[in-house]
Amino acid sequence: MKRSQRLRWQGAALITATALAVAACSSSSSSTATSTSSSNAALTASAPGITATTITIGSHQPLTGVAAPGYSEIAPASNAYFQYVNANGGIYGRKIIYKYLDDAYNPTTTSSVVHQLVLQDNVYAIFNGLGTPTHLAVLSFLNSEKVPDVFVASGCECWNNPSQYPETFGWQIDYVREGKILGQYVAQHFKKDKIGYFYQNDEFGQDGVKGLDYEIPSSMVVSRQSYVPTNVNIAPQVAALKASGAQVVVAFAVPAFLALLKLYTLKLGYNPALVASNVGTDPITLGGLVSSFAKQSGATLNGSALINGIITDYYAPSLGSTTNSWIALWKKVHDQYDAKAPFDGNVQYGMQAAYTFVQAMFNAGRNPTRQDLVNAIQAGLPQGPILAPYAYSATDHAGMTGAYIAKIENGVFVQEGPVLVTDTSATGAITTFSGTEQQAPASGIPSASSSS
Amino acid sequence: MWTLPRRLGVIIVLAAIVVFLSVKLNAFRDYQIAEIAVYVTAIAGLTVLTGLSGQISLGNGAFMAIGAYTTALLLLHLSWPFYAVLVVAAAITAVSGAVVGIAAARLRGPYLAGATLMLGVALPSIAYAWPGVFGGDQGLNVVFTTPSFLGANFPLTRWQAWVCAAVALVTLLLLGNLGHSRIGRNWRAVRDDDVAAALDGVNVAAARIRAFVVSATSAGLAGALLAILTGLVAPGAYTITLSIALLTGAVIGGLGSLAGALWGSLVIVLVPTYATDVATSHGLSSSVGANIPIVAYGVVLILVMLVFPQGIQGGLRRIMIAFFGPNQKSRTWRTAPANNVTPSADTLLISGDETLSPPEPPDKPTSQHEKEGTS
Repeated sequence: MKRSQRLRWQGAALITATALAVAACSSSSSSTATSTSSSNAALTASAPGITATTITIGSHQPLTGVAAPGYSEIAPASNAYFQYVNANGGIYGRKIIYKYLDDAYNPTTTSSVVHQLVLQDNVYAIFNGLGTPTHLAVLSFLNSEKVPDVFVASGCECWNNPSQYPETFGWQIDYVREGKILGQYVAQHFKKDKIGYFYQNDEFGQDGVKGLDYEIPSSMVVSRQSYVPTNVNIAPQVAALKASGAQVVVAFAVPAFLALLKLYTLKLGYNPALVASNVGTDPITLGGLVSSFAKQSGATLNGSALINGIITDYYAPSLGSTTNSWIALWKKVHDQYDAKAPFDGNVQYGMQAAYTFVQAMFNAGRNPTRQDLVNAIQAGLPQGPILAPYAYSATDHAGMTGAYIAKIENGVFVQEGPVLVTDTSATGAITTFSGTEQQAPASGIPSASSSS
Repeated sequence: MWTLPRRLGVIIVLAAIVVFLSVKLNAFRDYQIAEIAVYVTAIAGLTVLTGLSGQISLGNGAFMAIGAYTTALLLLHLSWPFYAVLVVAAAITAVSGAVVGIAAARLRGPYLAGATLMLGVALPSIAYAWPGVFGGDQGLNVVFTTPSFLGANFPLTRWQAWVCAAVALVTLLLLGNLGHSRIGRNWRAVRDDDVAAALDGVNVAAARIRAFVVSATSAGLAGALLAILTGLVAPGAYTITLSIALLTGAVIGGLGSLAGALWGSLVIVLVPTYATDVATSHGLSSSVGANIPIVAYGVVLILVMLVFPQGIQGGLRRIMIAFFGPNQKSRTWRTAPANNVTPSADTLLISGDETLSPPEPPDKPTSQHEKEGTS
């Protein structure tokens, strides 16, 4: 029923467009044939999910279940930015409809909801689908259906495989690059110390450790402890780290386990320097978790004070820089469309991803096909709100290539040193990024950029 | 009674309905048909285990994982044809079902629930222990395509729906036959009164183990189907939530009859989708809207348990009796045709002679069954 209506509608649109074109040609024989240039061509239903007035995109997100705390804020924040864009002219006049469905971080459910979005709701693209195991469940489906699969919300290297998965693009910095940047910092600043690792025993932690090992001499690493997200008792791992005499602990852990690590070290009277992946270090989320875990076990602790001094990496302006044009923009959009959510790193993440999508859609042209979006991203995207450049090209579908080292101070990131960029290889150098930070456009909405 | 030709007829009609719907409806509905078939396969096995032999399992999600990982490994490393993979997946889960069944035969009620719960929680974690073999958290990719004889444009979801539905229907047919064979009668005897059954010469432990094997095999087949349907086998898909969903489906549908497995599967697959559609079309905020499917699921469970304590199928049967009188032939697994009570959720925690209605003197059919069972 829906499908036949759509076909009929497309047919009607086609006929109208043809009629208009014929009329234009016959009435303006004096003007050049190129007068109907792309800048004012009629808006057509150029691809599935695109009508003359709307662009429908979909996503799978953990709105309930174990991964929901924190991550469930991302999609509403993206949607808030889309509403802001819609209220201010849309994308070439089209409004974005963002349909994100709950997958509870279960790959079976992910497969089900993404089939619904693609086969029944006819979305133009899947945007920012969250999670590695969840998104892997739909990777080949989306590519075989030729649905653009853009800006996956996971730092797995696996999204960067353009020959096998031409529709899929990563976005956030991958865990290997992060590991290298953090590892170099540790190798340089804790030269004489013993180092311990604490990581999640999956692709996230293992890729991170791979990057760390590229930079930290193995002689310095005295203990390697891993955890699985289903077992919250990490006392043995923390005791082992303490027994090994590690003076620095480098953690690739999600916020809940970083909070547990902090509390267990405290309990054991063990006070190593903490270096951690930005996946776990959003100060508001982390501080809140430390406080609430402590409260559950009957202690009153000030979480945000305890996490002071944690060293991490970040790829965007700190939420603490209130004068930064991007932070001001996110704050404005947040206050207007998403005020109930806390203004934290997850909200910033969702808005930055949404901004990047809007940028890519402007670059894809007035009446884009699905392939036009893929081509637009492959042609390269400006950094926009991100401080490191993107890697996008026809042969590279990885996202951000770098980050800066930051320290948590009073609930916000404080930048330490320049933005560093690197690749995912063992030998690839880590260099200082020479480009400059971009400013947010005054309208808050990107415009088509010439390919970089 | 359900005779073989009659059961076969019903299966053929159901198959025709599946083919008709899969061609008429859109590709996403095909996917849902396949999903429903996966759950029917798994829940039917659980219905046999709980409804027929009076045991409980909170670990059938783990058996699904065994079937799914077997499928993924065979397709990945050996590229076997899928029908051969199905056979091996069924065989391996049957063996694991036997191993668990031997332990389970010694346990009853809450102790059995606890032991199988442990299985459901622990087994999927093995994937994390050997990431080299099982792919860890990322899992293993499964490639499943339409066969070439159907042509290049045949939708994959329709083929998936056909394959899954075929396996589900054959499973239903076999389980239906089994339930009405000597093995099934022994199960009922053990369920209703294990002491009496033992006195009549039924090997109680063997009957219980057999039930576990059958239920695990069904779950293994369902796991194999789920693997080719989602294209990924990862531990996140086989958590304890899945085991509980299967049991919920069996209880909602009705433990008294295999038809209950179909109703339960329909509820599990369709209610969340419809609830999400309703929530999004009414513009609820995402923090509220996302929880609507869970609420709907809970409401359906409570309502069914209040209105139809014997599940949807038990309720339908009661309605039928109200309209057409009690002279309906027994279509459930209840041994006594005169008694309209079918196994209910009580069976889950109370097993043996405390179950169901007050114990009654062994009536004629029962004793006949016992004789057959021991002859």
